[in-house]
Amino acid sequence: MMNWRALPRAGVAAAALLIVVPPFLPGWILFVLTKAMFMFIAVMGVSVLLRGGLLTFGHALYYATGAYAVGFCVKWLGVRELIFLIPLGALAGFIMAALVGVVMARYREVFFAMLNLAFSMMLFGALLKLYWVTGGTDGLAIGTATLAGIRLTGDSFGYYYFSLAMVGIVTLVVYRFMASPAGYFLRAMYDNEIRIEYSGVAVRQVVYRTYLLAGTLGGVAGVLAAFTIGHIVPEDAFWIQSGEFVFVALLGGFGGVPGPMLGALVFEFLQTYASKYFPLAWQMMMGIIMLLIILFQPGGLWAIYQRIEARLTGKDRGGDHH
Amino acid sequence: MSVVLNVQGLEKSFGAVVAAHNINVSIEAGETVGVIGANGAGKTTFVNMVTGYLEPSDGRIEFMGRDIRGRSVRQITRLGLCRSFQVPQVFLSESVFDNLMISFGIAERDGLGLLGALMRGDRGERVDQHLLRYQIADYRNVAASALPQGVRKLLDIAMATVRKPKLLMLDEPTSGISVEEKFGIMDILMQALKEEETTVLFIEHDMEIVERYVSRVLAFSQGEIICDAPTEQAMVDPLVQEFVIGKEYHRARAGNGSGNGASEGEAGRC
Repeated sequence: MMNWRALPRAGVAAAALLIVVPPFLPGWILFVLTKAMFMFIAVMGVSVLLRGGLLTFGHALYYATGAYAVGFCVKWLGVRELIFLIPLGALAGFIMAALVGVVMARYREVFFAMLNLAFSMMLFGALLKLYWVTGGTDGLAIGTATLAGIRLTGDSFGYYYFSLAMVGIVTLVVYRFMASPAGYFLRAMYDNEIRIEYSGVAVRQVVYRTYLLAGTLGGVAGVLAAFTIGHIVPEDAFWIQSGEFVFVALLGGFGGVPGPMLGALVFEFLQTYASKYFPLAWQMMMGIIMLLIILFQPGGLWAIYQRIEARLTGKDRGGDHH
Repeated sequence: MSVVLNVQGLEKSFGAVVAAHNINVSIEAGETVGVIGANGAGKTTFVNMVTGYLEPSDGRIEFMGRDIRGRSVRQITRLGLCRSFQVPQVFLSESVFDNLMISFGIAERDGLGLLGALMRGDRGERVDQHLLRYQIADYRNVAASALPQGVRKLLDIAMATVRKPKLLMLDEPTSGISVEEKFGIMDILMQALKEEETTVLFIEHDMEIVERYVSRVLAFSQGEIICDAPTEQAMVDPLVQEFVIGKEYHRARAGNGSGNGASEGEAGRC
């Protein structure tokens, strides 16, 4: 598993970088960073589930739920206030997970993965067909968010820092969850469901609660995405979107918080650069990267970082010994 | 003495195979009961039914005066009827300490807190005390997957006892353990269970273990209890000798027994 002690140092350094550096970066990089923030939050949901051995190919269900919650508020109420919409997106994700989770908590492995896919594709179909409500394939225009009445465009510093603050909150919540009994049971459940039941806890409850957390995170990510991109489409619920979340989780390494963050940043930059310079081959590049990760470092980029760090600090300690 | 477990007319069949037929057992507080029987005699099926893992076809199971038939494994566990496994069921990728920490977390909260941390207050100290009681403290930070079999067995049992169960069922505590280790491990185990005043029922194939640690024997054969008696009496019961112990063992015992006063007496009665 992960080396948790390595975390504060790397975490503080990463947070400092993400706070201090952006003002000195060109606008387009800021935009990519903002995209990485909501990507991270969505991937965190997938990653928390993976910690319990639960692979989902349908997490875009929650992402789209959050995004369309915003879409309907904009369309019907003209509300673009983040203070209201972030909790609303979280609640929408939570309620969706509370309903779908009743079924999902009974299943594992392939069935869990594919049932999630099925539910997300049902939403995709509904978003596509109910065009008088959802705008069909055209989607919905979202416009510019406000934060306490102040306008924040999707590519502004203000919006970036707001996204970063959300990432901070999500990070705290996820750490709290992983240190909680449910977080431990989740990891233990992957090892041995029988022992969990014979200890006196319902495995289904562990799965259900984790699913609620993952769904809520998906909803929040959807809200942030809607305002970052400024436009939502049914493809937000499509299986390719779900697959991207899983890809990023594997790329960065699931199990903790740093992996998905690293994965989200690398993915967004890769996607931007690769689609610019190799417009016809960028998916192939992603495939090759995934192949290399799985073959040589299944723990993802974070595991590679940890290995390098261990080697460096190992040398340092060697010199420090009395 | 109060009756902890009372089973009446328990039945279970898997298709044409009768795994349990007319099982009647009553266990009182403080007893140490051994369950013996050949492979497939229905011993583990009995434990599985009593702990809620298998639904019996018929019969009645009362634990502490309460009807528990049809209740789930976790409900029965929470009432204080816990078990260990023939193949240890531990969290392989976690350390010994974390394994017990998780068990304590479940036992003490009876639920799934999402906000409080699992490790808090003096729970860590209680885990360490438990490790000492089962003499596995040396392995505190070792991953369960890397443990020797005997230690893993003790961990499995230690995890089953964090609730201070009123009745503990052990499925072959010494299976997979070397002959040299088995008495050492049983001594640790019985001492720890005695300290906690736990009523114990354990399945065991090893007659030496049965004779040394058990006061009463339930002998199973083909899904039925063929003998329920104090240990010395059960060991010489003709049915038990025929169906459970087998003649080989007794021939060997009789031969060894001539140089050993205590067992010579028993062997003489065979």
